[in-house]
Amino acid sequence: MREALLKVFRGEKDSGEYVTYKVPIEEGMVVLDAIHYIQANFSPELAVRWNCKAAKCGSCSAEVNGRPSLMCKSRMDKFADGEEITVQPIKSFPHVKDLVSDVSWNYRANEKIPAFTPAADADWTFYQEDIDRVQEFRKCIECFLCQDVCHVIRDHDRKDFLGPRFMVRSAGLEMHPLDTVDRTRFLKEEGGIGLCNITKCCTEVCPESIHITDNAIIPLKERVVDEFYDPIAKFFKTVFGGKKK
Amino acid sequence: MTDSTKTETPSVAAGGAQKAHTGLTTRKDNWWLEPALVACGFTLFIVYATFRVFENGHYEIGSYLSPFYSPKFAFDWWKFSPAILILWIPAGFRATCYYYRKAYYRAYFWDPPGCSIGHMGGHNYTGETKFPFVFQNAHRYFFYLASIVLIFLWYDVYLAFFQPTGFVVSGINLFMLLNVILLSGYSGGCHACRHLVGGRLDCFSKCESTKQQFKLWHLVTKLNEHHMLWAWLSLFSVGLTDLLIRSYEMGYVPEMRFF
Amino acid sequence: MADYEIHEHDVLVIGAGGAGLRAAIEASSMGVSVGLVCKSLLGKAHTVMAEGGVAAALANVDPKDGWETHFQDTMKGGKMLNNWRMAQLHAQEAPERVKELERWGAVFDRTKNGKILQRAFGGHTYKRLCHVGDRTGLEMIRTLQDRGVHQGIKVYMECCVSRLLKDGDKIAGAFGYYREDGRFVLFKAKAIVLATGGVGKSFTVTSNSWEYTGDGHALAYDAGADLIDMEFVQFHPTGMVWPPGVRGILVTEGVRGEGGILRNKDGERFMYKYLPESTKNDFAATDEEAKTWVDAALEGKQTEARRPPELSTRDNVARAIYQEVKAGRGSEHGGVYLDISYQDPERVKKKLPSMYHQFKDLADVDITAGPMEVGPTMHYIMGGVRVDAETAATRVPGLFAAGECSGGMHGANRLGGNSLSDLIVFGKRAGAGAADYAKKLTATPTVSDESVKAALDEMEAPFSRPNGVNPYDIAKALNQIMSTHVGIYREEKELEAGIAKLEDLKAQVKEVGIKGTKAYNPGWHLCRDLKNMIISSEAIARSALSRKESRGAHSRLDYEDIDEENWGHVNSSISKDGDRMKLEHTPKPEMPDDLKNLFKKKEPVNA
Ligand SMILES: Cc1cc2nc3c(=O)[nH]c(=O)nc-3n(C[C@H](O)[C@H](O)[C@H](O)COP(=O)(O)OP(=O)(O)OC[C@H]3O[C@@H](n4cnc5c(N)ncnc54)[C@H](O)[C@@H]3O)c2cc1C
Ligand code: SF4
Ligand code: SF4
Ligand code: FES
Ligand code: FES
Repeated sequence: MREALLKVFRGEKDSGEYVTYKVPIEEGMVVLDAIHYIQANFSPELAVRWNCKAAKCGSCSAEVNGRPSLMCKSRMDKFADGEEITVQPIKSFPHVKDLVSDVSWNYRANEKIPAFTPAADADWTFYQEDIDRVQEFRKCIECFLCQDVCHVIRDHDRKDFLGPRFMVRSAGLEMHPLDTVDRTRFLKEEGGIGLCNITKCCTEVCPESIHITDNAIIPLKERVVDEFYDPIAKFFKTVFGGKKK
Repeated sequence: MTDSTKTETPSVAAGGAQKAHTGLTTRKDNWWLEPALVACGFTLFIVYATFRVFENGHYEIGSYLSPFYSPKFAFDWWKFSPAILILWIPAGFRATCYYYRKAYYRAYFWDPPGCSIGHMGGHNYTGETKFPFVFQNAHRYFFYLASIVLIFLWYDVYLAFFQPTGFVVSGINLFMLLNVILLSGYSGGCHACRHLVGGRLDCFSKCESTKQQFKLWHLVTKLNEHHMLWAWLSLFSVGLTDLLIRSYEMGYVPEMRFF
Repeated sequence: MADYEIHEHDVLVIGAGGAGLRAAIEASSMGVSVGLVCKSLLGKAHTVMAEGGVAAALANVDPKDGWETHFQDTMKGGKMLNNWRMAQLHAQEAPERVKELERWGAVFDRTKNGKILQRAFGGHTYKRLCHVGDRTGLEMIRTLQDRGVHQGIKVYMECCVSRLLKDGDKIAGAFGYYREDGRFVLFKAKAIVLATGGVGKSFTVTSNSWEYTGDGHALAYDAGADLIDMEFVQFHPTGMVWPPGVRGILVTEGVRGEGGILRNKDGERFMYKYLPESTKNDFAATDEEAKTWVDAALEGKQTEARRPPELSTRDNVARAIYQEVKAGRGSEHGGVYLDISYQDPERVKKKLPSMYHQFKDLADVDITAGPMEVGPTMHYIMGGVRVDAETAATRVPGLFAAGECSGGMHGANRLGGNSLSDLIVFGKRAGAGAADYAKKLTATPTVSDESVKAALDEMEAPFSRPNGVNPYDIAKALNQIMSTHVGIYREEKELEAGIAKLEDLKAQVKEVGIKGTKAYNPGWHLCRDLKNMIISSEAIARSALSRKESRGAHSRLDYEDIDEENWGHVNSSISKDGDRMKLEHTPKPEMPDDLKNLFKKKEPVNA
């Protein structure tokens, strides 16, 4: 039977060691299956998060051979025979144990975003073309892989930046046809949108293939420009009256 | 089940346990290749373009005008290369372009050099919130100016086909045509443009005018999806068009006139 | 005694899926203090995986639809065993609850004239499932989550409740631990809403995750509530069968709703054969008729053609597939073929994006180019804690239940899409019921030190047996037992053997042990979960043994027919009697005449 070598980080609070396990390979196996095999056969206390096993819940985020990925979507057959597969917890958030990190910061960041606020007398008729954009953003499964890979958070530890996940959420609210709140000041001042330098790592890792940078962050940056960096447009808007908001 | 549970337990580092993340990265692919190629490509272009600007010659022959020097401003009071008067526009347009920003932040500033690669760039990161990068926000103004320049470039192509001697098709004017098409694809897919033509709206279906804007936005979005490709192709085509005209002017290549 | 944290709330909601979130939102909007506990991170509950849609008779696509038809479909699907009042409230209130989601920011797919789009699903007469591609549950949980967050509900994530605590006969609180570091926690609460979902982890092939260990069922059982209809376990007809790692993962019924065709290895469209006589007339008789229906559905037009046979109820389709495979007409890996590839690839990708990716990424199958291999997978439990239809109250004062862990709403078989609507309808009612109860309570119940100590000792015990039985081995054994003895088809001898094995397992569970520390230790967590898994499994097996007929999802080889006279008017009811499990058959509530009359008319009637 073919076997894979998994080099898994084991330890608590960022201190531990890499342990290598031999796991028999089944057809179509994913890294999460291998981790479960280790749990059931060698080490019941191995900590890992998962739920759906079908890339729908965004629980099983880790770094496989240095790439932020969902373990339930990482096929074992894409690695070479006998290749050692390194599995690490995600880096940008405090380590808890083995493959689990403390992602609670994200939930606090989310709370800051001004809530969806439709007009009281809104007419709830709107069309598919009005919401195609928003639906792309709402595909997000909150795996936080984009938060993990974003260098603003990962390397510079700038937690005054909401991170790509919450840019996506904000974009979904901003572009909702019936929302009435203007979040541009929020995005500039509390959201730290200017800290994103659109280098697109978030887009590269997103398992839902959301075009985070092109469709969410850049359009939001342009809206911020409207409000704060475009004196001419601002001038015309004040003179001739802008669109509602 | 395998007989050995642990096949190897790496020795624990002398000073205590290891950390979950050490060193630059555990990525095994050639992640450095892309930024390296980008850096080479840009550098090559910048060196060539700078040389051409200061060369101040070999840019015009007959009805053919190099895009580096168009629109041509020839003033008596201006003693330097006329390209300097104009080239800051496309240069500024590209320098503030969202795609180029990504590419050079990665390739030149290493901020970041690649994804999930450890920190290599400078300290005190401020992104695009402080001088100088806060000026990236002026991209739409460059878009306006570059669109005007683009109109002149189309006019140059027109002149290159409809020469005083009659209608001409040559290797040179065909290449000039290809160049402006690529440039238009590049400008047309600009993020600022996408925002201005419709992206700024929240609801497309409200009335006739927004429906038209939706169509435009949709078109721009299609171009925008391949903005990187347009950026590279048009960068090469501008450089090559200039090189072609220079070479023809200097007699290294023929005009390749078809009729 | 080891340390523990203490928190106090008027209402404690256990479970943050659709039902729990909706309950918490409702209770908090009534001005009481609300705590919300969940085993996973917020937003990762099962609800997030729901794909196909939420059923509500909005009549946006089929104007003939109305709550009466939805009610009748639900009752017929449940083989009339449902609690009629729950089914009625559900059908009446679902449309309002769905519209409310929209007003809270949910973005459903649209019809051409700008309303919420609805698709067909098994057992539903009309196109009724509001959806967002095939990620409806995600849309729902995110909407509720964001709504809840902005209402100041206190959320305790990755926190597992291991016991309910009472003061006399009244609920007084709950005891649990944080998964992260194993620290213990005591919640003092006047009222508790259980919304813990289902029991699937007791089966080998299941669409359910590690969370589905029957916690709510077992907690309620231990606290003195009764569980009804536990024999009714829904096997979803279409789970993935290949590769082995993904066996059981769900293939949404939406595929059939969008026109997916089932065939055996000989290419035969076998579902025609398996339509029960009673509903045969509701379905297309020929491929042409089925195709006309699909074409009309794709274009959003009305048609006289009847639905394709694949849209029969889940119990029928699951049995049909099982029998085809058993008769040797199965696919290469022991399933049958489900094919949507005859449609325009772009449309398939747009309407079923996550199915497209699921098969592409996990099974190397392009569903726009060829068929999928599918087979039955354990999916849902109709049975659960018996509740009052209006308030979701159980018979234990202060204890409420909603969502999959409650029973009665779906009778003998749940229709697809009726769970998500169940969550929001009865989640709201449970939240209101609990808040109301808490407000009216004159004296705050107290928690005794002994009961906390007992709960704490129970959690500590596995560490005293570092060389005890591996909990994963027991879980595997339990899976074996349930899959072999209590599967789709049941038989007296098998069930009895299964129950005997469960008794053995109960003894072994007392010996489970674990090494390591309390910090994020899944093995330790499983030690406790096993107890719940075994309680709910035993309840399923015993109820199944007692019901001597075949009805809905309960199919007995030794009693193949439905037996209206003896079994049509009783629910099996499980409760705790000292150390033993007590089984009774309690009379089913009788429907009032005006509702009975609905079923007498030939054509479905509507307001
Ligand atoms: C793959 C899949 C697809 C589905 N598709 C559809 C569909 O299209 N339409 C439809 O109507 N239905 C569908 N269903 C069924 C439906 O999704 C579920 O029945 C429903 O989501 C259950 O919701 P719930 O709120 O009852 O529980 P869940 O959403 O499962 O939430 C349970 C919560 O309880 C918590 N919990 C459990 N035990 C404890 C404990 N001991 N302590 C603390 N917290 C605890 C969990 O952490 C979780 O937060 C589908 C189900 C699956 C698995
Ligand atoms: S594009 Fe912006 S948000 Fe995305 S990873 Fe790069 S810096 Fe972070
Ligand atoms: S945007 Fe993509 S990568 Fe980021 S959390 Fe959502 S699904 Fe994950
Ligand atoms: S387990 Fe749900 S995304 Fe991997
Ligand atoms: S974004 Fe590239 S040109 Fe504007």
